[in-house]
Amino acid sequence: MPNPMTDSKDDLKASELVQIQLPSDSANPHPPRFWRSLDELNNGAAYQKGLAHEFPEGRFPKTSGQGGLNRRDLLKVMGASAGLAGLTACTKLPPEKIVPYVRQPEEFVPGIPLFYATAMPLGGIGRGVLVESHMGRPTKVEGNPDHPGSLGGADVFGQASVLTLYDPDRSQVPIHFGHLASWDGFIADFGDHLASESSTGGAGLRILTGSITSPTLADQIKSVLSQFPSAGWHQYEPCGRDNAREGAKLAFGQYVNTIYRLDKADVILSLDSDFLFAEPGGLRYARDFAGRRRMVDPSGTTNRLYVLESTPSITGSLADHRVPIRSSDIQAVARAAAQGLGVPSGSDAALPAGMSADWVAALVHDLQAHRASSLVVAGEQQPPSVHALAHAINHALGNVGVTVIYTDPVEANATDEIKSLKDLVADMDGGRVRTLLMIGVNPAYNAPADVPFVAAIQKVDFRVHLGLHQDETAEVCHWHVPETHYLEAWGDVRNYDGSASIIQPLIAPLYGGKSAHEMMAVLQGQTNLSTHDLVRGYWQRQAEAGHLAPAAASNFETFWETSLNNGWIEGTTLAVKQVTANASAGAATTAAESNAQGLEIVFRPDPSVWDGSFANNAWLQELPRPFSKLTWDNTLLVSPATAARLGLQREDVVKIVLEGHEVEAPVLILPGQAANSVALHLGYGRRRAGGVGTGVGVNAYAIRTSDAPWIAAGATLTKTGDKHHLVTTQNHHLIDQNGQKVEEESEAAFDRHVIRVATVEEYGRDPNFAADPPEETTAAPSMYPKVDYSQGYSWGMSVDLNTCIGCNACVVACYAENNIAVVGKEEVDNGRDMQWIRVDTYFRGDLDNPEAYNEVMLCQHCENAPCEYVCPVGATVHSPEGLNLMVYNRCVGTRYCSNNCPYKVRRFNFKLYSDWDTPSLYPLRNPDVTVRSRGVMEKCTYCVQRIMEAKIVAEREDRTLRDGEIQTACQQTCPTQAIVFGNINDPESRVSKLKAQSRDYGLLRDLNVRPRTTYLARLTNPNVEIKG
Amino acid sequence: MARYLYGLMAEFETPEQILAAAERAHAEGYHRMDTYTPFAVEGLAEAVGFQRGRKLSAIVLCGGLTGCFGGFFMCWWPNVIGYPLNIGGKPWNSWPAFIPITFELTILFSALAALVGMLALNGLPMPYHPVFNAPNFDRASRDRFFLCIEADDPKFDLGGTREFLEGFDPVEVSEVES
Amino acid sequence: MDPVETNNLTAVVETDEVIAPGQTYRSVSDRVSDMVLEWPIGYRWAAGLLLALALLFVLNLALGVVFTIGVGVWGINIPVGWAFAITNFVWWIGIGHAGTLISAFLLLMRQQWRTSINRFAEAMTIFAVACAGMFPLAHMGRPWLFYWLLPYPDTMGTWPQFRSPLVWDVFAVSTYLTVSLIFWYVGLLPDLATLRDRAKKRITKIIYGIVSLGWRGSAVHWSRYEMCSLLLAGLSTPLVVSVHTVVSFDFTIAILPGWHSTIFPPYFVAGAIYSGFAMVLTLAIPLRKYYHLEGFVTMKHLDFMAKVMLATGLVVAYSYIMEAFMSFYSGNPYERYMMMNRMTGPYAKVFWTLIACNLVGPQVLWLRRFRQSAWLLFGVSLVVQTGMWLERFVIIVTSLHRDFLPSSWGMFYPTRWDYMTFLGTLGLFFTLFYLFIRFLPMIAIHELRDLVHKKQEESHAAVH
Repeated sequence: MPNPMTDSKDDLKASELVQIQLPSDSANPHPPRFWRSLDELNNGAAYQKGLAHEFPEGRFPKTSGQGGLNRRDLLKVMGASAGLAGLTACTKLPPEKIVPYVRQPEEFVPGIPLFYATAMPLGGIGRGVLVESHMGRPTKVEGNPDHPGSLGGADVFGQASVLTLYDPDRSQVPIHFGHLASWDGFIADFGDHLASESSTGGAGLRILTGSITSPTLADQIKSVLSQFPSAGWHQYEPCGRDNAREGAKLAFGQYVNTIYRLDKADVILSLDSDFLFAEPGGLRYARDFAGRRRMVDPSGTTNRLYVLESTPSITGSLADHRVPIRSSDIQAVARAAAQGLGVPSGSDAALPAGMSADWVAALVHDLQAHRASSLVVAGEQQPPSVHALAHAINHALGNVGVTVIYTDPVEANATDEIKSLKDLVADMDGGRVRTLLMIGVNPAYNAPADVPFVAAIQKVDFRVHLGLHQDETAEVCHWHVPETHYLEAWGDVRNYDGSASIIQPLIAPLYGGKSAHEMMAVLQGQTNLSTHDLVRGYWQRQAEAGHLAPAAASNFETFWETSLNNGWIEGTTLAVKQVTANASAGAATTAAESNAQGLEIVFRPDPSVWDGSFANNAWLQELPRPFSKLTWDNTLLVSPATAARLGLQREDVVKIVLEGHEVEAPVLILPGQAANSVALHLGYGRRRAGGVGTGVGVNAYAIRTSDAPWIAAGATLTKTGDKHHLVTTQNHHLIDQNGQKVEEESEAAFDRHVIRVATVEEYGRDPNFAADPPEETTAAPSMYPKVDYSQGYSWGMSVDLNTCIGCNACVVACYAENNIAVVGKEEVDNGRDMQWIRVDTYFRGDLDNPEAYNEVMLCQHCENAPCEYVCPVGATVHSPEGLNLMVYNRCVGTRYCSNNCPYKVRRFNFKLYSDWDTPSLYPLRNPDVTVRSRGVMEKCTYCVQRIMEAKIVAEREDRTLRDGEIQTACQQTCPTQAIVFGNINDPESRVSKLKAQSRDYGLLRDLNVRPRTTYLARLTNPNVEIKG
Repeated sequence: MARYLYGLMAEFETPEQILAAAERAHAEGYHRMDTYTPFAVEGLAEAVGFQRGRKLSAIVLCGGLTGCFGGFFMCWWPNVIGYPLNIGGKPWNSWPAFIPITFELTILFSALAALVGMLALNGLPMPYHPVFNAPNFDRASRDRFFLCIEADDPKFDLGGTREFLEGFDPVEVSEVES
Repeated sequence: MDPVETNNLTAVVETDEVIAPGQTYRSVSDRVSDMVLEWPIGYRWAAGLLLALALLFVLNLALGVVFTIGVGVWGINIPVGWAFAITNFVWWIGIGHAGTLISAFLLLMRQQWRTSINRFAEAMTIFAVACAGMFPLAHMGRPWLFYWLLPYPDTMGTWPQFRSPLVWDVFAVSTYLTVSLIFWYVGLLPDLATLRDRAKKRITKIIYGIVSLGWRGSAVHWSRYEMCSLLLAGLSTPLVVSVHTVVSFDFTIAILPGWHSTIFPPYFVAGAIYSGFAMVLTLAIPLRKYYHLEGFVTMKHLDFMAKVMLATGLVVAYSYIMEAFMSFYSGNPYERYMMMNRMTGPYAKVFWTLIACNLVGPQVLWLRRFRQSAWLLFGVSLVVQTGMWLERFVIIVTSLHRDFLPSSWGMFYPTRWDYMTFLGTLGLFFTLFYLFIRFLPMIAIHELRDLVHKKQEESHAAVH
């Protein structure tokens, strides 16, 4: 974001930009050259004058959200400029040829979107995605069905990444000492320093990146390092996989990458692992797990999941046996299990509180009974020794090669990253670093508390930051260069299984950002290479060298296009590696077991903003976090028992002191959190995230130390006496203000048969357990005849509660597909969140270890819709196909329909919530969906725009719609395919078959509203040997 | 001078007096006469020879029927003929839902008919009327009771009629000019 | 003329008759019309009007904000889509009912005691309905489109959705307002004539002359006039019952536990009369004191109204009890939870306050001593009105905030704009009322004369 524009008083700048940039832009069609005009602007006297009175020399100006600007002003001011750039760029494709996913007319057909396969890097590891492009504007991210890591599913981060692309707070121009600068200016300045470096062989040159899997980038860095032999390359991912890597090293003596095959696993033990969500392969794992989990009839079989974890995770909510214990105690349990399985496990520690020997025995029996079809997964936050144990156990159970396989690491240069960062900081502190280049990292924010990065960097005389935002790190750098978003620039990345994907851009850089590849090229003195050529060149060399499929070498052009088309490059999947686990590896270390007693604090990447890189993404900030349903905050999660013991109540602000570092965080009492274990999510407390994320939540990095980055003992909590208001979208009363249990909501939910659940055994005995109880039968005669929907299509939906993992992907997908507005913390607090689809969570049983049930709730499209006959203007009516239609432009906003909706799925624009002021958000919007204005009701439409589109296509081809041809946004993104939509008049359609199952039930059927959305009851598969 | 005699106006103090006077006058054969009183004196209208008809009631009935059928039709037509829509799975002609409006419109039209009918039959509004010229007539809306025998009554003759009226010992008998 | 008649302004005679003895046609006519024509503008009246105007300004401010920013300035949300606005609407409509009943129903019943209170009771009705009518409009998300509820086809040929109780409201309320206005004006006609005839200033004469349509008290007119009044009374009585029935449909037609109940129509009508008579007392007692009308609005009137309040209050009490009983007896889990939640949930305090105000408080009216003390009655009337407002609030909010799916349970907290909108309508009401008592006869003069006449006949009959 050009700083002059953050000053709301000074619209002078914005206007000058307009005058100078537009003509020059029309002169140069290429957005990258757009900033040329800024050079002129730079030398413009008016600009100098403006700058002079704006920044006292050398002082870095405040950025977004600071200086008393509220979010709205900010968006307005920034929008002004963002829009100019955005609008000039938003209809431009990249100059190079990009290949649509599905072959379609090469030229645009207005209104017909094109899809492109590409890959989204997260934590350096790729996730295959398809991106929908309307007239050259990326508007929606979907999973790539052909991609091994996605199979069509996408997670919250993938879905939300498109909003980050259009984030008005993105950095838009190179900054030099807080002054608008230019890319050419940077190259010149950087060139000088490199010249001086080259004399010493780059002894003072350091490069800091995140985990790098990109073959091209790695190749570039390699050659840079050969050019500067004494230079150093450091990697640091705040939520990296050090433990997994070190665990593997422990077990196999070398770094290997572990891949699970959940479709083959019948018994799964998760040691504090959230493998269905938080692992790079999470999407694929979720799909495989669901496939094995799914039961069509009682004769089928299903898998069994044991979860040991300290804080409720998405994986935990699906467990058949979940035990909340301290993360640091899991090691002991793992050892006990290993022992039972005859794996050497070193000192046999006593079982921790909350674990019974019988439980472990039963678990061991179960695992033994499922040799080669069981799986033990260690959580990425667990210490290496636990990973080693897991490897040893899997080895002992003969799971290796079946449910778990090993490959070479996906990282180009796997390393202990925290150590890597510490080395760098030591060098900087020792004055051994003269030039520091940071690419897409933000260590000033997320370095461990005991690593004095900010202090040390002051000793570096030339600091360059390449990043999407002018973040905390940009603040302490001399040069900041805007980075390209993955949808803006060419690149490549490896996926969880090592297969490489080409990242093809859908749009020319909105703000003339630069990619890591270009930066590397600059280091090599190549300033005019396009990223496309760099990437393509690398792969061409690979092909010619014969590292790829032979076809590649012969006809690279086709190979290249096929790779782009498919979204991943054939023949790049890493070969399965035969390694034997050192059986006693687990025994080797007993570190981290020292903290057997007392309160532990656990750090986790946030399910919404991850490591903080999504902090400025409003969709994710407003997304209700799993279980807590918390929005716009992170909190210290405390179990009811521990809270009672420590006299903590919801919203109490406590001071957390850990190893001399301290931070104040509000308390949220969360059922299912382990006693004596408190959890704090990373990614909040950003100082310079942007208008949305700045100042939201507390910064957990401030107390996170490098030697205990995930599980730390010895934290002390002291009440400050302050309160911090927390905003949740559900469970307001689950734990009320007085910390006293009020389980009304969940109890009522079961009284009302909202959740229906049975064990597999009960299911076998009574396949109709989910049928409506007799007193709730809807056989009651209706005064009116039923409407006949038997002709044509009848749309309906089925949601399988047995495979829904409650990952929220559907909610974000709905945001993107339906132009849903974000309302902000205050309005969410007023009960006005606008999400059309939500994940309800109900708890059952003791609040210290409850069963958690997720239930996706969206418009049920009742045939006898109660909302319709109360509307005074007929703004909501029924379509012949059974859709409950909402006519926005007829709605006068009496809210009667919402009052009369038994599912409360309608959403009302109490104020003007849609952002009409921020031009950079215009291109984001789905052109097929109305942007709602103030005073109208809205709700889930079953993605009627997709239905109509498909019907038009079908009619043009003079045929009826095929089953599965229409996917609602929530269905398409669902990693586990728990949501199925289709024509219930067609007995062969998937949805009809699902609705025909005996577990199918409708909510509140006794009201005779005849919902079109029905649910498949939840099944659990407990081990009979385990009581309770 | 071009002023015509409208009639003779007798002013009384009590309703009983004027009632007696009016009845006598009518019995004498005077027919074109009227009384003006501060409140409705029972029997006075009959005394001056007014037959209480059903006109007004008939008007109101018509109004009511219009509202009733009009109201139901208004609900029925768009839902069944004009623009039928599937509203919450209800049949197009869900007549019970149309009753409230039908009823309200019945009342509304009846009431309007009652007002309009009453005014029309009474020939109101009529800002000017000769009787207002009668001396003291402003007390007709307070505490005095007036009997007026009009000049165009066939039996009217100034002297005789005045004499006749004097017979009821009114406060005053005066000539009313138009 | 003897002084007693003209300036008996200070003659305070409490009486058990429906009109103080010794009144003549002339005394009543002059006494009432003087308040309009002769009396100087009192500072107390002016002060009252100013206060009312201040509140009216608050209303303008509140509505201004609501219209520019949106109904989001109120505390409403999902699930509680309705709160203060609809509460006020039902409350005001209910208050209106007493006026119509007094003038229409008691006329049919030939109750003499209606005479001196029906005029301002009807005025109260009209002003109350005016206040009520504002809310359905103000609470809309897009109020500038209110006319889409009116019965005409839009350019797409769609009409209002006639199955919706909100459309029924439009018809019921507008009919109610129109008919009340007609009835009121017809009643005013002869009195306007009196004012015309007594007015001294020419301009006043002309104005009252125009609005009195040249009424001259002809016997024939009188007879049609009385016919007309009877017919209007006959129409208004079922109308007034239907109006609150339709209002109650807003709730009963919905499927919400706590709304979906067959007991609502009679229960709402009774409640309406209850609060209406309370409002008549609230207005009448200070009025008769300030304008020394004890001779016209006598203790007998107050006593009668107190009894009506007691009676309707008992009906309301019965309805509460039945409602609670049925929700348990039905065995319906939603109904049961709703009632438990009302009594013990987050809004329990409000519920029990309303019980205290509407059930317990008014029982004192069994005691003659309370019915005989104007100021105690005044207090009771305020209590009842508070109670009736709370009743509507409880019905609307406690039913909405926890309905079927526990996941969507929420809370409603009023904002300052909620309060301001409510206080504001009080401003509108009292502004209109202050103007009314200044420029129109607040008691039906011609009916008073008729009453005097009847009383005389009675006394003659007694003599002979």
